[in-house]
Amino acid sequence: MSRALRLLALVALLALVLPLWAQAIDPLPFKNRAEEQRFQNLTAQLRCLVCQNENLADSNADLARDLRHQVFAQMQAGKNDDEIKQYMVDRYSDFVLYKPPLEPGTWLLWFGPLLVLLAGAVTVVVTVRRRGRQGTPVATAEGDEW
Amino acid sequence: MSRLLPFFGFLLLVALFGFGIWWNTRHDPREVPSPLIDRPAPAFALPRLDQPDKVVSKASLLGRPYLLNVFGSWCVACGEEHPVLMAEGRQLGVALIGYNYKDEPDAARQWLAEHGNPYELVIADRQGQTAIDFGVYGAPESFLVDAKGVIRYKRIGPLTPQVIEQELKPAIAAIAKESP
Repeated sequence: MSRALRLLALVALLALVLPLWAQAIDPLPFKNRAEEQRFQNLTAQLRCLVCQNENLADSNADLARDLRHQVFAQMQAGKNDDEIKQYMVDRYSDFVLYKPPLEPGTWLLWFGPLLVLLAGAVTVVVTVRRRGRQGTPVATAEGDEW
Repeated sequence: MSRLLPFFGFLLLVALFGFGIWWNTRHDPREVPSPLIDRPAPAFALPRLDQPDKVVSKASLLGRPYLLNVFGSWCVACGEEHPVLMAEGRQLGVALIGYNYKDEPDAARQWLAEHGNPYELVIADRQGQTAIDFGVYGAPESFLVDAKGVIRYKRIGPLTPQVIEQELKPAIAAIAKESP
């Protein structure tokens, strides 16, 4: 077989493969760009339950596709974003939301880092003041040891 | 004392790290707690696997407790769970109902013919739409539903003899105590 023919065969094969790959992106019939952006924004905030470090928008899992279709169908039915999120939470718990809701059970999660920061600030202030009172310079050889 | 402080800080981190490892060996971090526990099971109407023209609904199953076991012939872990169901399914004291999830009916029927059928009846959800209402995100999963149609317990992952003994049987016993 000539070289050109082989190349042609390869290109033909690639042409077969490309449409398959394009299908995997799961096209949905959006009415306009705004609707598509709303859909992308919404599915990016929802977690895929199967591969849990992916969101619904990115995941290739079967269930993620079903849930994407569910989101799309509900958007067509005129549901707002909060209603669609609530639909998911009712079935899969708060875990489906990448951004956990602010409620007593998640106060530590939301404000914990602030507490740690405050504790650090208090420690620094106390240490600096104590050293100041003792008359030792703040930067000592002891500090370099660590 | 102040020189030892960083060391204690380090020990604290080691303890935290160790606790994290210990916790993860005991709990599946992928397990999503179902918000449906102690809530009414979603309404459904699905065809029987063996007689697709006959529809089984939530209402038609009311009146006695049952264990709804989500499975598929494509699901590897279901194959591991299957012998356990074959051995213990009949002795649970509740009806064992199969929920064939996103499966080819023919493949499912053949799978049951090959490995044995532990189910009293099997309903088929080929598209997986009703499963979304149940919060199913994998197979196998099992739901214990009481006579009033309330979900009382959910197992994510295969039922093992240990899980049946330690979790499922106490949950079944709790239901039996309520409605003699």
